[in-house]
Amino acid sequence: MSDQLSASAPILSVRDLKTYFFPDEGIVRAVDGATFDLYPGKTLGIVGESGCGKSVTARSILRIVERPGRIVGGTILLQKNGSQVDLAQLDPESQEMRQIRGGDIGLVFQEPMTSFSPVHTVGNQIIETIRLHHPVSKQEARERGIAAFRSVGIPKPERRIDEFAFELSGGLRQRAMIATALSCGPRILIADEPTTALDVTTQAQILDLLRSLQEREGMTIILITHNLGVVAEMCDSVVVMYLGRVVEEGPVDAIFHNAKHPYTQALLRSIPSIRSTARTELPTIAGSIPHPYNRPAGCPFYPRCPDFKPGVCDKAEPGLTVVGDGQAVSCFLYEQT
Amino acid sequence: MGTPVRLLEVSGLKKFFPIRRGVMRRVVGHVRAVDDVSFFVEKGECLSLVGESGCGKTTTSRCILRAIHPTAGQILFRPEDGSVVDVAKLSKGELRPLRRQMQMIFQDPFSSLNPRRTLLDIVAEPLVANRIGSRHEQIDRVAELLKLVGLRPEYMRRYPHAFSGGQRQRIGIARALALNPSLVVADEPVSALDVSVQAQILNLMLRLQDRLGLTYLFVAHDLSVVKHVSDRVAVMYVGRIVEMAPTAPLFATPKHPYTEALMSAVPKPDPRLRSQRIVLEGEVADPANPPSGCYFHPRCRYAVETCRTETPQLHEIQPGHFVSCHRAAELSLKGIVV
Repeated sequence: MSDQLSASAPILSVRDLKTYFFPDEGIVRAVDGATFDLYPGKTLGIVGESGCGKSVTARSILRIVERPGRIVGGTILLQKNGSQVDLAQLDPESQEMRQIRGGDIGLVFQEPMTSFSPVHTVGNQIIETIRLHHPVSKQEARERGIAAFRSVGIPKPERRIDEFAFELSGGLRQRAMIATALSCGPRILIADEPTTALDVTTQAQILDLLRSLQEREGMTIILITHNLGVVAEMCDSVVVMYLGRVVEEGPVDAIFHNAKHPYTQALLRSIPSIRSTARTELPTIAGSIPHPYNRPAGCPFYPRCPDFKPGVCDKAEPGLTVVGDGQAVSCFLYEQT
Repeated sequence: MGTPVRLLEVSGLKKFFPIRRGVMRRVVGHVRAVDDVSFFVEKGECLSLVGESGCGKTTTSRCILRAIHPTAGQILFRPEDGSVVDVAKLSKGELRPLRRQMQMIFQDPFSSLNPRRTLLDIVAEPLVANRIGSRHEQIDRVAELLKLVGLRPEYMRRYPHAFSGGQRQRIGIARALALNPSLVVADEPVSALDVSVQAQILNLMLRLQDRLGLTYLFVAHDLSVVKHVSDRVAVMYVGRIVEMAPTAPLFATPKHPYTEALMSAVPKPDPRLRSQRIVLEGEVADPANPPSGCYFHPRCRYAVETCRTETPQLHEIQPGHFVSCHRAAELSLKGIVV
């Protein structure tokens, strides 16, 4: 897949990843067969609405899925020092996994207010991160922390590092979060809704920062968002998820201009665009996202799908079919039988 | 629409929140959340207040509903009998009959519905509170309202937890419409919803407006949503209106640099339009300690010396197009080409 994007080998390959949750009430198939590749220096967008499994996918890669959830199948292959490590097979508590977390793959959370500790200064937290990965003195770690703060454009980093998260504005907090995630030089940055809690002008600043960091360090980014505008601005390739399944993936231009899956098409039509005609009826997707316990059999989208084929879509689940240059779609409309 | 009637006319509205410090809780300053805001809403139209967090758009809407008491200013409202009353001056008792005509749709459909009460209780609450109709009539009215917002009346004995976010927002809308209000204040009604559900609620709100002749005061931060629903838009920055105009000219030819930056910052859902965005430096000014002159000047790329010293006034630059910028006439700013 996606050979067009880059001649080099993927830095991370996720194959048929399944992460289920087992609460007392039943099974929630949060991620149910996600497959995608991540190429070095590129930005991959994972997009979908709430409950589509995009955040659980990220958490699975980092092996921080909380109980009662666990990975029940699939592989997550990370290129490391010329060989491949299957993260899905590692013990989440193992030394190796702890090194990968932060060392190889950094994570930026959605809400910087709740992901920072309110009783430690942001400096304490970045110093802790640095010292977990590098055998350096506190003073040295502090220097590195200040340098990291400076590199993400925090003004007066020597002073800001001694402040608490609640003393920083939303934008600065998110910058501090990114600095912390990058402090140990990860090759991959997973940004889970990094700008959702921010205002548009602050969002523009943070997106700009991510882009310039990528240019400077050649970093690979997984950007998880529900905002199609952010995806269009930032990503090289896109994975569209719905109820734990990848429904479509491909290069960003193909997704926005030649979407194949009925869900992707409907989603793109339903967003009020700043460029569209005002006060006209927006095309909508009928119904709402089903409750995870009431997941429909067959293709998860069929109850809301305009192209629903009775006897086909509600019977079996479609697999990913290649439909173009690096574009694949999971829909019976495109499956050759 | 005939000759437009101004349903609501706000002038010089101010709301300052005191900052208290020390053991004596001495007032050491004020957060100027709303600082001299004036605008009007015509009957049957939708005016949007748009701006970033902390710009005072929600505080403005809450002052109009008298959920909070404004520090200064006039809020002239025209009830159905055609008289004009100043909502800002009324006592609680005097306000009571007026409240029926101004209702609110809330942002978060999960926290704005009482989880221990059925849909019937929730939607009939305004009727019960105002002692309208017998129990039977109330139940009929609730059934009618639920149908109006696209929910099945059979669901009225269920509790909110059985409904999705979009359905809950419909319940909130039904409750707001129970008393046939003339003014509906909607504070971020779709920002907590998923994209595919947002469109349904926006369509519903537009349909209801046409059908019931509602007037909306729409408070939002999402410019795409605002553009979609509004007839006119007022852009706020640090407690003030910086620009106000009919929707089309505002988006096509903005006159205030902040409006231009705000519009360019919105990510467009098309990778072929990866725009040269204007990225504003720095942060939104602190409403407790705003900068001198024009509040926007520290972040404005067009700022000149006058902007630092003199506060610009909101003035009409073209018919219906108001802007508060010293350089509005000379600048030609980039809007959104449709």
